[in-house]
Amino acid sequence: MSFIPKPKILHKGLKRNELGLTVHDYGGVASTLCAGCGHDSITAAIMQAFFELNMPPHKVAKLSGIGCSSKTTAYFLAGAHGVNAVHGRMPSVASGANAANADMTYIGVSGDGDSLSIGLGQFAHAIRRNLNMLYIVENNGVYGLTKGQFSASADVGSKAKKGETNLNPPIDPVKTGIAMGASFVARGFSGDKSQLVPLIKAGVRHRGFALLDVLSPCVTFNDHEDSTKSYAHTRQFFHPAVHADFIPPSDEIRVSYEEGEAMPVELHDGSTIVLRKADVKYDPTDRARAFDYLMENQERGQIVTGLLYISSGADDMHARNTTTEVPLAELDYARLCPGADALAELQKGLR
Amino acid sequence: MSGRAKSKLNDFVIKLATVNGTGSASANGIILKTIFRMGVPVVGKNLFPSNIQGLPTWYEIRVSRQGYMARSGQIDVMVAMNAQTYAADLAEVSPGGVLVYDSTWPRHRDLTRPDITILGIPLARMCNEHFENARARILMKNVAYVGALAALLDLDIEVIRGLIEEQFAAKKALIGANMEAIELGYNYARENFECPLPMRVQSLNKTAGHIMIDGNSAAALGCVYAGATVGAWYPITPSTSLMDAFKAFSQRFRVDPKTGKRDFCIIQAEDELAAMGMVIGASWMGARAFTPTSGPGISLMSEFIGFAYYAEIPAVLFDVQRVGPSTGMPTRTQQSDITLCAYASHGDTRHVLLFPADPRECFEMAVQAFDLADRLQTPVFVLTDLDIGMNDWMVPELEWDDTYRPDRGKVLEGEALEKIEKFYRYLDVDGDGIPYRTRPGDLAKGAYFVRGSGHNKYGAYTEDSKEYQEVLDRLLKKWDTAKKIMPEPVVRRTRKATSTAIVTIGSGAGAVREAMDRLAAKGIYVNYMRVRSFPFGRKVERFLAAHEHIYVVEQNRDAQLKSLLINETSVPKDKLESILHYHGLPIDYRCVVEHIERRVARGEVA
Repeated sequence: MSFIPKPKILHKGLKRNELGLTVHDYGGVASTLCAGCGHDSITAAIMQAFFELNMPPHKVAKLSGIGCSSKTTAYFLAGAHGVNAVHGRMPSVASGANAANADMTYIGVSGDGDSLSIGLGQFAHAIRRNLNMLYIVENNGVYGLTKGQFSASADVGSKAKKGETNLNPPIDPVKTGIAMGASFVARGFSGDKSQLVPLIKAGVRHRGFALLDVLSPCVTFNDHEDSTKSYAHTRQFFHPAVHADFIPPSDEIRVSYEEGEAMPVELHDGSTIVLRKADVKYDPTDRARAFDYLMENQERGQIVTGLLYISSGADDMHARNTTTEVPLAELDYARLCPGADALAELQKGLR
Repeated sequence: MSGRAKSKLNDFVIKLATVNGTGSASANGIILKTIFRMGVPVVGKNLFPSNIQGLPTWYEIRVSRQGYMARSGQIDVMVAMNAQTYAADLAEVSPGGVLVYDSTWPRHRDLTRPDITILGIPLARMCNEHFENARARILMKNVAYVGALAALLDLDIEVIRGLIEEQFAAKKALIGANMEAIELGYNYARENFECPLPMRVQSLNKTAGHIMIDGNSAAALGCVYAGATVGAWYPITPSTSLMDAFKAFSQRFRVDPKTGKRDFCIIQAEDELAAMGMVIGASWMGARAFTPTSGPGISLMSEFIGFAYYAEIPAVLFDVQRVGPSTGMPTRTQQSDITLCAYASHGDTRHVLLFPADPRECFEMAVQAFDLADRLQTPVFVLTDLDIGMNDWMVPELEWDDTYRPDRGKVLEGEALEKIEKFYRYLDVDGDGIPYRTRPGDLAKGAYFVRGSGHNKYGAYTEDSKEYQEVLDRLLKKWDTAKKIMPEPVVRRTRKATSTAIVTIGSGAGAVREAMDRLAAKGIYVNYMRVRSFPFGRKVERFLAAHEHIYVVEQNRDAQLKSLLINETSVPKDKLESILHYHGLPIDYRCVVEHIERRVARGEVA
């Protein structure tokens, strides 16, 4: 990584968003991950999504834990506020931050080790709280920084680079998320940006916990023949169930869809997600069916992707708390302090 | 009136032995408050089990015309309502004392003592005959002993009536039944015994301008007054009532009456690790945030505490200490987290600590803690303990200055931020070791990245030795700045010149001050210092330097305060001598007096 600011070379034809920013303005420092790492593709998709959402970077809070995935928050949105917290504990920092300032847009980046092993508890409880954030699990089934141990998402029978076979069943973030009550659950693949960008945009706009599991092959430790999280394996068994188109509130819905094949879901801010279903039987608003569908496909070795479950009506943490509209961090002290007279009055009851 | 009897006027201890979950707590509260309202200084100590229902529990009330707030070690009146502990309770009564028991059921003939007065009152029988409902019979038995004590101790019945009317203001139907129970006990005692006893209460005017409050409530009130808006916690004895109180006060003061919207957010976290992460997140966003916990919680929070230290994020933690190690005895008191909190987390970390001695100081230090955390951009621990946190103390009324404004420390915003060319979060621009911070979401220019990994003074990731060390050394400079702004110790010098002193901390103060009075009466004079914060400032250094022999009185086995003094001041080790009290019940003056008297008797110290 370099601290030397690189000169920004702007092509004249480069597209600008409503804020006058180019997609490069949503970048960060240069990635130090391995060449070809799936995570870098996700970083690029995040940049693209925030660019398209016309999001002012400094209104974004990006958070992560520890691991290869968690390093990536430095690689996008340099103008955002960031916390690279301790291993597996990002959801609690996000919860506290969100409690103090609900006006920021929260994006958390985690990995399979960070979310499914050391941080499984915090992951589950952020879901339970329906914390308003986009939570991305960059899932490669392996511990990269410590050189290739299996993670909790590794499939049974999957082989490590050195030949060891994984015997323990995987924890699937998507099924876990649905079981825990996440209000938005999606799965993407780092190699498919066209599917990933709309999912990120929809997840950002969803009010509540938006879980996005992204299969992201580890080119160094988990991209060999016997791995079930390799590029080749994922491409072969990749099974899009639902494609999501995100439509901001200002645009009218132009995407044409036929009854039974696609369905629009309106979000709190008036924006819409149109779900185009590859499999017409699939209903992503039916939690029990979503679970069945995932299980059926898993048994056939299919990796189901797309927006797999959505419930846009659930209250988030602040709605449940009936928190005031002004972010708590911005409330005037005069409004918060009851004052000397109130203290005197209160103490009458303590005699 | 005999001399001994006179000495017991407004100066005795009542201990009530009951079964938890039977409603004895509210009965005991009535006795405590009645004495307080009669103008006589009083303190209540709850000695309770880690259990919900059915185990022995005790409540100790010390009536002290001199205003001593620590335990005395004496039991003058025992109310033995629990057959399970009767033998032990009987044995504990001081010679010349009185034991009151429920004589409904026969007592073993061996269970008696010639040197005390034993008074049997058929409380259960009277209540069973008088009340229909089974639950009422159990509850009213407690109220009936209040009535008996009112006669025996000469408590003012009208004051009791007032308290009962207040307590049942919402359920007026219960007032009559409660007063009937009071009368049952009162009349029986009057008819069968010579009332009042030598240990009795006579109205004084020594509680005016005072309140009765526990430390957890007072600390919670401090959080409200400091402007804290986010509280995150995981329930743990004995700190739970702090968040309960914060919630109650916030609901009273921080809810919009029209919309019902709240100016606060309390998150019950999944564990203490998460609670600490939430405090860090909220503080990072610019809110004042805190977590109440106890020792086991600090152990769990330690990783995040180190993160907050290194990433320089303000945080306020209340550690209501209990008995360790491990789960220890959750409902007993100790001061055994001093070392843990001072150096919590791996790597080179040191933390700011405050040591309140009573609930009033809990209120004041809660506010100070938020100011210090913001000023120093670091975690600040308020170390109270179960004795302070959960017991009812008589303290001077809390005061508030309406001109107070929170010290948010070095925050760049608005024009000041616009003016500078580039903002660097970890750059010390004015030499006090404290960098400027910004509030996320304020201005684009103020964006920065927080990390617990190695960073240079510009906030960028580094693995460069020199850059890393530069930041670590700057944190030490900040530590020196902290020394100058910490609350100073309380120092009291005796009338006679002496080179001997007692140093104590937190809830040890009451016992030590009482011990000093008693030692002075025997011609032994010592100076006094109560340490109120860490890092230690110059005043602590000077006091230690000015004395040759220093007793350090604290409530733990391993002399943690003494160790911290040796480690963090220039005091020679051999000047310090420990007086340790750590069995779990609040410290009394006796252990201090006996230790020092023994040393003086041997001629080892003056």
